[in-house]
Amino acid sequence: MNLVPISYYLVLSAILFGLGIVAFVFKRNIITIFMAIELMLNAVNLAFVAFARAHNQLDGLVFVFFVIVVAAAEAAVGLAIVITVYQNRRTLNIEQINLLKF
Amino acid sequence: MLILDHLWIILALPLLGAAINGLLGKNFRKPIVNAVGIGSVSVAFLSVAELVREFMRLSAGQIPWVKSYFTWITAGQFKVDFALQVDQLTIVMLFVVTFVSLLVHIYSTGYMAHEEGYYRFFSYLNLFVFFMLTLVLAANVVLMFVGWEGVGLCSYLLIGFWFLKPSAISAGKKAFITTRIGDFGFTVGILLLFWTFKSVDFRTIFAQTLHMQPEAFAPAGVLTLICLLLFTGAIGKSAQLPLYVWLPDAMEGPTPVSALIHAATMVTAGVYMVARMNPLFSRAPFAMFIVALVGALTAFYAATIGLVQTDIKKVLAYSTVSQLGYMFLGLGVGSYAAGVFHLMTHAFFKGLLFLAAGSVIHAMGGDQEMPHMGGLRNKIPVTFWTMLIATFAIAGIPGFAGFFSKDEILEAAHSAPHASTLLWLLGLVGAGLTSFYMFRLVFLTFFGEPRYDEHKVHVHESPKSMTVPLILLAILSTVGGWVAAPHLVNGPDYFSNFLSPVFTAYPAAGAIVNEGAAPESASMVLLHALTGWPVIIALLGLLVAWWFYIKSPETPKKFAQSLRGPYTLILHKYYADELYNAAIIQPLLWVSTNVLWHVVDEGLIDGTVNGVARVARESGAELREIQSGNARSYASWVVIGAVGVTLLMLGLWGMGR
Repeated sequence: MNLVPISYYLVLSAILFGLGIVAFVFKRNIITIFMAIELMLNAVNLAFVAFARAHNQLDGLVFVFFVIVVAAAEAAVGLAIVITVYQNRRTLNIEQINLLKF
Repeated sequence: MLILDHLWIILALPLLGAAINGLLGKNFRKPIVNAVGIGSVSVAFLSVAELVREFMRLSAGQIPWVKSYFTWITAGQFKVDFALQVDQLTIVMLFVVTFVSLLVHIYSTGYMAHEEGYYRFFSYLNLFVFFMLTLVLAANVVLMFVGWEGVGLCSYLLIGFWFLKPSAISAGKKAFITTRIGDFGFTVGILLLFWTFKSVDFRTIFAQTLHMQPEAFAPAGVLTLICLLLFTGAIGKSAQLPLYVWLPDAMEGPTPVSALIHAATMVTAGVYMVARMNPLFSRAPFAMFIVALVGALTAFYAATIGLVQTDIKKVLAYSTVSQLGYMFLGLGVGSYAAGVFHLMTHAFFKGLLFLAAGSVIHAMGGDQEMPHMGGLRNKIPVTFWTMLIATFAIAGIPGFAGFFSKDEILEAAHSAPHASTLLWLLGLVGAGLTSFYMFRLVFLTFFGEPRYDEHKVHVHESPKSMTVPLILLAILSTVGGWVAAPHLVNGPDYFSNFLSPVFTAYPAAGAIVNEGAAPESASMVLLHALTGWPVIIALLGLLVAWWFYIKSPETPKKFAQSLRGPYTLILHKYYADELYNAAIIQPLLWVSTNVLWHVVDEGLIDGTVNGVARVARESGAELREIQSGNARSYASWVVIGAVGVTLLMLGLWGMGR
């Protein structure tokens, strides 16, 4: 069964997470940033699942379900916010959305 | 047993009067203020009269009669009850305080009739009576201290009664602060008393002294230290050297206040306290010596200043300081009864002198300077005669109250075990000076040609409310000393016999208690008293005053010129105020301004507080640069933080291995 060692999964997860971070930090479009967040969440999910499999425990799987639920809710709320922001500011460039600055 | 079981009534009445007048009096008409003020004190006086009647029926074993109402403070061993105590000494004080207070209240209705804040004045007076009675009735030192501070407060309030007058305000402050110096010693004395006896209750403390032998003169022990500290309080409150300076200034207050507080009652609190603590003092010979010495020196010193004062109230003020010195002289040589006797007679005649002086000032329309008076004898006869009687009394003319008490003190200073010729001589010369300056006052005020402008000043006798108290006090100034009269013909001295249980209850071998001189034959005693030095010197004082101010009024001026140096010195009150100003007040002011204010307060305290605020503000200003509002930079920070935490954990984990 254990054809693929856990370290492979973890390395993949880390790469995906790192890509997510890079995209989050350097991209300007909110939608893209949003996708980066999703990417990071799923990288974490992958790590959870890999650990659950390796230790033969259900805890990691339960966590993944939670993360998926939260991600879905976040996507719903987040996209709604994005639409409102676009309606108000006519832009999705994150560098122009800085009204909360001091 | 109505009052004996409910001693609190005596205290509650004046307090109630003070509260009613103080809180509601603003809207009262004068008759109501009078009714509340005089009513409360007169009922208190009647209660005291009833108390005396009940007290006389107590058996010796029941005295001192102590009533404890509730526990006031408990902290570990330290326990203070709200407890009141009655013994012979208390009875004398209660009688003097309530009686003189009552007369002063009545007098004030006339004297203060046209003053602003009439209700306030009566409220303060009642409050004073409350605190004075607390002081006198207290059964432990702490409660006594409450009364002690309370009368100080009322004194401050009443000296500064005319609070729009700057001199009155500063006189009030001076009185408060000067007495506070003494009170500091008193407080330390109380603490030391508790530390030594583990109690503040008079009976408990005195019972323990029974096992104690009198301490050596030198080196002295803890009892002497306690007594000296307590006496420091008495020095402040009773205006002795060197803390007497506040009393003459206290004359800025209304004259009834001077009569009640600064002559008859409050200033005698120190005398009362020393008499109350007699079991301690009797066992501390060095402290007793200091008491006697300070008393004698003050009696002489203040009398000399009184010689040249021109303000009628200032003369009386220095006279009060001097007479208080006599009381301490009496206490200090172990003749407690004589000291308390002089306290009582002094309350009568000095109260009378002040009230009469108030009547003179009233007649003169507010002028207090004796050089502006003269020839008032026929215009205000009641005032003249009563004041003359009081002058006879204070000068020690035989037959009047002061003669008996002063004679007893001087006799004690001469014959008591710890007396000395020096003390006696100081007292004797002081008595002569007293006689001189008092008759000088009378001659300048009432005799000779009028020196005021008769068209401007309309001299008139005071109303009945003022003259009746004068007459009553004049009667007491005459007969008040007669209780001791049989003593002169070798009979019993009823006053000191009455008080003797208080002063002989805790005897110790060699303790200083003077129970009277050795008996001589009756005629010898009488001869001794009548022709003794005190009488001769009193008459001498009278004669010199008569010579100076009636026979040849030019003499004083020539005299002053020929003795220019000493005269200027005395005229400026030995430069005591200037000396204190230069030696104490200015350095204190300098240290307060330059060290405490500019360095400690502004530098240290403000510096710390403001420094903390500045650090927060400046670091905030720096840190807010991070709050760019740019979500991606926040994210970067999160990442950097996460990486940092991860590395840290890995590192720690690695070390754990």
